[in-house]
Amino acid sequence: MTRLYTKEHEWIDVDGTTATVGITDYAQGQLGDVVFVELPEAGRAVTKGGEAAVVESVKAASDVYAPVSGTVTEANAALADDPALVNSAPEAEGWFFKLTLADAGELDGLMDKAAYEAFLASL
Amino acid sequence: MLATIGAASIDDLFIDVPEAARLDGPIAGLPNHASEMAVERKLGAMAAKNLTAGTVPFFLGAGAYKHHVPATVDMVIQRGEFLTAYTPYQPEIAQGTLQVLFEFQSQVARLTGMDVANASMYDGSTAMTEAVFMARRITRRKKAIVSAGVHPHYTRVLETLTRFTDDEVVAGTPSLTAGAPGHDMDALIAAIDGATSCVIVQNPNLFGHIADLTPLADACHAAGALLIVVVTEVVSLGAIMPPGAMGADIVVGEGQSLGAGLNFGGPYLGLFATRDKYVRQMPGRLCGETVDASGKRGFVLTLSTREQHIRREKATSNICTNSGLIALAFSVHMSLLGEKGLAHLAALNHARAVQLADRLARIPGVSVPNGPFFNEFTLLLDRPARAVVRKLADKGVLGGVSLERLWPGVKAVENAMLVAVTETATDEDFDALEDALDEVLG
Repeated sequence: MTRLYTKEHEWIDVDGTTATVGITDYAQGQLGDVVFVELPEAGRAVTKGGEAAVVESVKAASDVYAPVSGTVTEANAALADDPALVNSAPEAEGWFFKLTLADAGELDGLMDKAAYEAFLASL
Repeated sequence: MLATIGAASIDDLFIDVPEAARLDGPIAGLPNHASEMAVERKLGAMAAKNLTAGTVPFFLGAGAYKHHVPATVDMVIQRGEFLTAYTPYQPEIAQGTLQVLFEFQSQVARLTGMDVANASMYDGSTAMTEAVFMARRITRRKKAIVSAGVHPHYTRVLETLTRFTDDEVVAGTPSLTAGAPGHDMDALIAAIDGATSCVIVQNPNLFGHIADLTPLADACHAAGALLIVVVTEVVSLGAIMPPGAMGADIVVGEGQSLGAGLNFGGPYLGLFATRDKYVRQMPGRLCGETVDASGKRGFVLTLSTREQHIRREKATSNICTNSGLIALAFSVHMSLLGEKGLAHLAALNHARAVQLADRLARIPGVSVPNGPFFNEFTLLLDRPARAVVRKLADKGVLGGVSLERLWPGVKAVENAMLVAVTETATDEDFDALEDALDEVLG
């Protein structure tokens, strides 16, 4: 399994043609206490760079973009009852949604962990 | 300046106003100037020609109801702490205002039988439009089906506010079906398809008919659509089953009946209630109860972020405020009545309306097409109702609202008028209307 990152601070775990998407620890730190996550329903088609979810904290409401195009297969139901999972475990239990990839080639432009850390250091 | 914006003349600025409504010169018969005293005297004499709701037999309803508002309501809402406080933008310092809104929301949720209500909207018609927008956000569909029993002015507001969106509004045409005027549930159910976001019905409907909406709710839900129920007379909820108990997803209403009085047509009070699962898509703000750092009860604006602070571009609506003072008046009136008082008031309204309907139906040329109704019913006459209403007014009786006034040019309703009866109508008022109608039709 490979974990890749976007400049919008989403992470994506790719496993063959399926993937899991969430926001990074850096992103949750910037948002502050998350109070609500609006997730896409299963079956919805998302496009790379398009709005896929909304995360609302006490400080801000932000879009979460799809790192790649695909079809949503599952949203993290645990976030409905406990949105704070995004703060406590952003890169594990606080995942947002799973999808099947439309075009694995779209992964090429994403960053690996080292590149993302270098990107964070440059901010 | 005209050249900069591309207008040839001042008149060009007004071309969006229909020509018939534009002024093309001085108003005929109006002097260029007059003293303040002369103007007061002239306008006072003109105003004295009006028949006012409080001084004549009065049976007008159709969305605005004349109920007795206890003097206590005015006394409480005129306290400076309430009267001068604007809608809270720095909310937590205004604990009194927040508590009032919290109590208001609780009352509205209980009245409508729903899980949650917001801190109010501007009025019933704009609340209805917001409900349609909310249904679209939830279902991601854009067709709204409107029952012919919904107040046509509400439907017009919906049509106006969707004029430049791509929402599709399908509105029914009214009919005076015996036993169930304006009732079109079968047609509504047949019209629901995979593109339908919501069906909107009014209960009691504009004609006064009361229906069990459960089959409609089931049909909506089976097709993935929402049921929006409009209530224009909230006092009815003291006597009939609340929309929430019949499967409504969103309930909107006009709260004017409690606390506000007729108020020259506004400001009124929009009520908005929904299910827990849709609360994040609800427009407006929501106050909540919580505890402070030392464990004491306190109130907060639980949902306000979306419109004002951090979610502006993701707002569910552009309503950033609420009808705070009218909501307070509603809550004070509701609190004075209490649960039993409201039920008693509703029962009284209904009993009086039944009495009057029975009396009027005995007049030759008059029938009442209604089956079950609350405090308002339809009178079917043997001639166009609009002229009859005018002749009743000439006799000093405001006897009802002609339906042709609400649906101009619609022949099917031309001979019908609405009669509303509240606790304010006396036996003498009943006599006056009965006698006047008998004379006019005789």
